[in-house]
Amino acid sequence: MASMSERAAAAAPAGVVRGGDPMQPAPWRVVRSRPETHDTFTMTLEPVEAGPPFAFEPGQFNMLFAPGVGEAAISMSGCAGTVKQVVHTLRAVGRLTKTLQRLKRGDVLGLRGPFGAPWPVSQAEGHDVLIAAGGIGLVPLRPAVCHILKHRERFGRVNLLFGARSPRDILFAKEIETWRGRFDVNVEVTVDRAGPGWHGGVGVVTTLIPRAQFDPANTVAFVCGPEIMMHFTQKELERRSVPDEHIWVSMERNMKCGVGFCGHCQFGPLFVCKDGPVIRYDRVASLFGIREV
Amino acid sequence: METLEPIVAELPLFKGLKPEHVQIITGCAANARFEAGEFLGRVGGPADRFWIIRQGRVTLEIHAPGRGSLTVQTIGENDVVGWSWLVPPYQLRFDVHAVSSTRALVFDGRCLRGKFSSDPELGYELMQRFSQVILRRLEAMSIQLLDLYGDHYGEHE
Repeated sequence: MASMSERAAAAAPAGVVRGGDPMQPAPWRVVRSRPETHDTFTMTLEPVEAGPPFAFEPGQFNMLFAPGVGEAAISMSGCAGTVKQVVHTLRAVGRLTKTLQRLKRGDVLGLRGPFGAPWPVSQAEGHDVLIAAGGIGLVPLRPAVCHILKHRERFGRVNLLFGARSPRDILFAKEIETWRGRFDVNVEVTVDRAGPGWHGGVGVVTTLIPRAQFDPANTVAFVCGPEIMMHFTQKELERRSVPDEHIWVSMERNMKCGVGFCGHCQFGPLFVCKDGPVIRYDRVASLFGIREV
Repeated sequence: METLEPIVAELPLFKGLKPEHVQIITGCAANARFEAGEFLGRVGGPADRFWIIRQGRVTLEIHAPGRGSLTVQTIGENDVVGWSWLVPPYQLRFDVHAVSSTRALVFDGRCLRGKFSSDPELGYELMQRFSQVILRRLEAMSIQLLDLYGDHYGEHE
């Protein structure tokens, strides 16, 4: 009888899992870890053991494992491709992420991956691109932004709309300023609430969509954030006549195995870890807002 | 002399209106410019006009004792500011504050309300369109209240 690992390996999408066993974490070492905001941090990791090159696509995730604590799906935030080091940005909200936050240079953790369906950046070539991110949802979108800016000539107008809870929650603030400095991308940042010292925009990220400049019929949208935010973002895009089949969302569910084997992340007929996390909106539209799903 | 009519006709709020209605609305419209820091209106003041921002940004603010001015929403290009001109007692609910040099079209609400009695179709059209503005603002504020990016978001461990 096949072992769980063997069955998981058989279930894993070909070519996306490093090594033969997708259930077996490999040891990775912390190269550096630095705070991003008051409750988020960015970790750079490198493999402890020599192995085949690690390649990933924008929007994919790894399973990060702290012995004795647990394992969770964490999106990669660094530029995609074949890399010697991987970069993860996490929010320290639970026992595992708080443990990972305490890791120092040289500490070792377990890593499995990369997993999941990526943002379809190649399909977006030749189109206007609208990227809408809410909160920590900017993390899985950052590799897509990196790719698009690296190959800027392949895309039409690019809009990056980012909503955060408050000014102190703005992720990648320095990088956003760099992106803002470019003439070939429109970057808008808004916060849900702010005190008197804030001179930027206030309001939810969806309010930025009506004034963004793009050709609706020729636009591909990448959306990531809390489900309610993605729902209302789609509504605004619909008002602008962007077809559902041009909208991609990154779903968040409690992922355990990462390869569509255990069923923890089932979302209707889909497994978010394997069929997603990036899914075309028309495939999940009917499932949004259903309490039982 | 160039009139505002083609500009008004192309504004998202008025797109698709009958030409005669655009003409009536234009008759109640004027260009306006505000310096950064200038207030377009103050809470409790008469809501006898509304604005459509053409360039720049304004904020809707409310003063909270001990906390200063709190921004509820930032409004930018092509956005509509003000719907209280439609609803008695015609008083502004928020301070409207230009945070950058701003150009806008200003519409005289009393002038338009006066036209509604002789042209109910125009009144109905504008009510429908402003209902959308109100709905969207309500929707946005509901989302703001949900605190979507709070500690509960992103915790799947």
